[in-house]
Amino acid sequence: MNRTTLAITLAAAVGFSGGAFAQAKEQFVPANFYWVGPYAPGGSGIAGGMIDYFKMINARDGGVNGVKFTWEKCETEYNNARGVECYERSKKHPPTGATLIHPLSTGITYSLIEKGTADKIPIVSVGYGRTDAADGRVFPYIFPMITTYWSQNTAKIKFMGMKAGGMDKLKGKKIVNLYHDSAYGKETIPVLDAQAKIYGFQVTHLAVPHPGNEQQAQWLQIRQIRPDWVILRGWGVMNPTALKSAQRAGYPREQIIGVWWSGAEEDVIPAGDAAKGYIAAGFNVSGSNYAVVKDIEKHVYAKGNGEMNDKSRVGSIYYNRGVVFGIVTVEAVRKAQERYGKGKSMTGEQVRWGLENLDLNEGYLKKLGATGFMQPLKLSCMDHEGGGQVKFQQWDGTKWNVITDWIASDQSLVRPMIEASAAQYAKEKGITLRDCSKEK
Amino acid sequence: MLYREAGQFKSTYAEDQQIFPIRQDRVAVALLLAVAFVAVPLFANQYWLSAILIPFLIFSLAALGLNILTGYAGQLSLGTAAFMAVGAFMAYNFVLRMPWLGVIPSFILAGLCAAGVGIVFGLPSLRIKGFYLAVATLACQFFVLWAIQRWGWITNNSPSGVIAAQKVEILGYVFDTPQRKYLLTLSIVAVLALLAKNLMRSETGRAFMAVRDMDVAASVIGIPMMKTKLLAFAISSFYCGVAGALYAYTYLGTVEPEAFTLDLSFRILFMIIIGGVGSILGSFLGAGFIILLPIFLSILFGALSHATGMQIPHSVISNLELIIFGGLIIFFLIVEPHGLARQWQIAKEKLRLWPFPH
Repeated sequence: MNRTTLAITLAAAVGFSGGAFAQAKEQFVPANFYWVGPYAPGGSGIAGGMIDYFKMINARDGGVNGVKFTWEKCETEYNNARGVECYERSKKHPPTGATLIHPLSTGITYSLIEKGTADKIPIVSVGYGRTDAADGRVFPYIFPMITTYWSQNTAKIKFMGMKAGGMDKLKGKKIVNLYHDSAYGKETIPVLDAQAKIYGFQVTHLAVPHPGNEQQAQWLQIRQIRPDWVILRGWGVMNPTALKSAQRAGYPREQIIGVWWSGAEEDVIPAGDAAKGYIAAGFNVSGSNYAVVKDIEKHVYAKGNGEMNDKSRVGSIYYNRGVVFGIVTVEAVRKAQERYGKGKSMTGEQVRWGLENLDLNEGYLKKLGATGFMQPLKLSCMDHEGGGQVKFQQWDGTKWNVITDWIASDQSLVRPMIEASAAQYAKEKGITLRDCSKEK
Repeated sequence: MLYREAGQFKSTYAEDQQIFPIRQDRVAVALLLAVAFVAVPLFANQYWLSAILIPFLIFSLAALGLNILTGYAGQLSLGTAAFMAVGAFMAYNFVLRMPWLGVIPSFILAGLCAAGVGIVFGLPSLRIKGFYLAVATLACQFFVLWAIQRWGWITNNSPSGVIAAQKVEILGYVFDTPQRKYLLTLSIVAVLALLAKNLMRSETGRAFMAVRDMDVAASVIGIPMMKTKLLAFAISSFYCGVAGALYAYTYLGTVEPEAFTLDLSFRILFMIIIGGVGSILGSFLGAGFIILLPIFLSILFGALSHATGMQIPHSVISNLELIIFGGLIIFFLIVEPHGLARQWQIAKEKLRLWPFPH
């Protein structure tokens, strides 16, 4: 037993001194994701996409102005405590500490809000996390980028309006919100209620307890309600179960609309035939027919350096989402270098400036080889979300087909709600709002 | 030689009734506390404080709470996480709605709320025992989480059900750095652990143990069943409740109901099984094992693959950590079914004879 203790202590000591020989021209990004547990398909796919993108940037361009990306993987198990441990472990990594962190869990994001703000490390939650953190005056270091849950929800209603032939046709329609009974699942309830009032549709919220492999009661209720649409806010095993239960209940899958955490290959393949026709929103698309993915294949996989063991997952929804994470990270660093010195390693504080001044317009995306791959994005001190658009895609039994162009969200509704909610948080915490006109 | 109480004479009752009757123990505890209170905050870095030591202390406290109930009073419970949840959310509400109260009284009141819930869900223990009681406490686990998720008042109508812990301020002193949070946690845990140590050698503690060992015999010799069992539930839940409040305020800063699932209850149960059922020290050892070992394994594997440059897929490493962790649990249970605390006891007895074992 003594020997075990000794070995562990030694190993710990090695682990802590391990970073000492890092060189200066590096930019460290923690890869705190999850490779085990029920949500591993999402975690490993996104991790692979992000790291492969860094590898590609390092191999193709030699990094950003000569600064190469480094990363260290840490297993969070989708568990808040482990996520915080990984964060603490990675935040002081040489040369400049953590550039920014993708917690990849709404729970971990919540736990890091105060820590990240105190340590001046941006917490970037692309497509998850705390919605009202989009108000950058209250949350200077939190970036719920690209689309928040509230935004995508309004886009879904818009999509339903389009299908019905106009937003005024939504009056009297019935919508069921089938949600995962967790912080993530519950986030959109207030937005849906607000929109139900505006457009005059009826909304019923049905909770599915974690993990969601038992949904008979809910689908029985849905059969009685006979809704025009079912919104599926699922995660993990809940998604295929919902689709299978829908088939059993005889509810058409073409009228089920999933959130992006319900819309990956891993969510529909287990449901088999039952998934055919199912529609899901997404802020990124699948497929490897984009220049950026081709570059990864050429510079990384052709040399056998790829992150994914199963190469067929390259180009899947989760993998491509990881590439989006990578693009956002790399471009924020590039932007920060423009101001704070090209060819230098950026600190978290500098990268925050880079994030707030990020402007990925169509032309820029074309340069990155990501036209149509992700939406144009422009952030500011006020708005930490940036895009707010989604595409809808339909599963045809073998692949996801994009069925709409980018659909914009209804910011006139969402933004005041975000500001009100952020103001309440600021009041509870005694935070004075940042004056965005003074930011340069 | 070193650890021998020969020559230590007790001439007063007070001396004879000390918590640690042997001088070496007193010195060791004093040294340990001195290191924990002075040396650790001075020398430990932020990572050690906020990612290792604070959670270790908090889970030790929760394990201690469960140990009082399961280890000393013999009532199996699977509601530990629920009691922690009550503590965390009620502390939030007390600080939010009665800010003049101060943080420490809020923690105490939150602990009392947890104790109240514990008493209610301890009522079945008057009729049922063992595994059946565990199933009854399971109801507590699900009911409490259900109530927190459904009843908006508890989370102050937060749309996502997540609460953000307020600033911890005691008499104008703000506990915001990891050092200060660590000291606050350590103080509370140290006081409560000493109280528990003391309680267990009092009449109440002996009554608990009598109930554990044979409740029929205990009631025959005049120990009131209802009072003793419910008191065990109340004290245990109080400890868990305070641990939950600390979890919210000094560790994570935000709490969601999902943090307190059945999974956590099981983990705390494993802590006392590994550490030692019916032992104060065991609660700390068990918490250390369950909380820290996975972290060390993960660091170890990180260092190994770093040093050797081997390209092992990370999913393999992550799963390997879990496999080794599980294997070690089985190993320890086989070589020491009474928990790590028993090893410590054996070591003490050996030390007593050292260097002349007979």
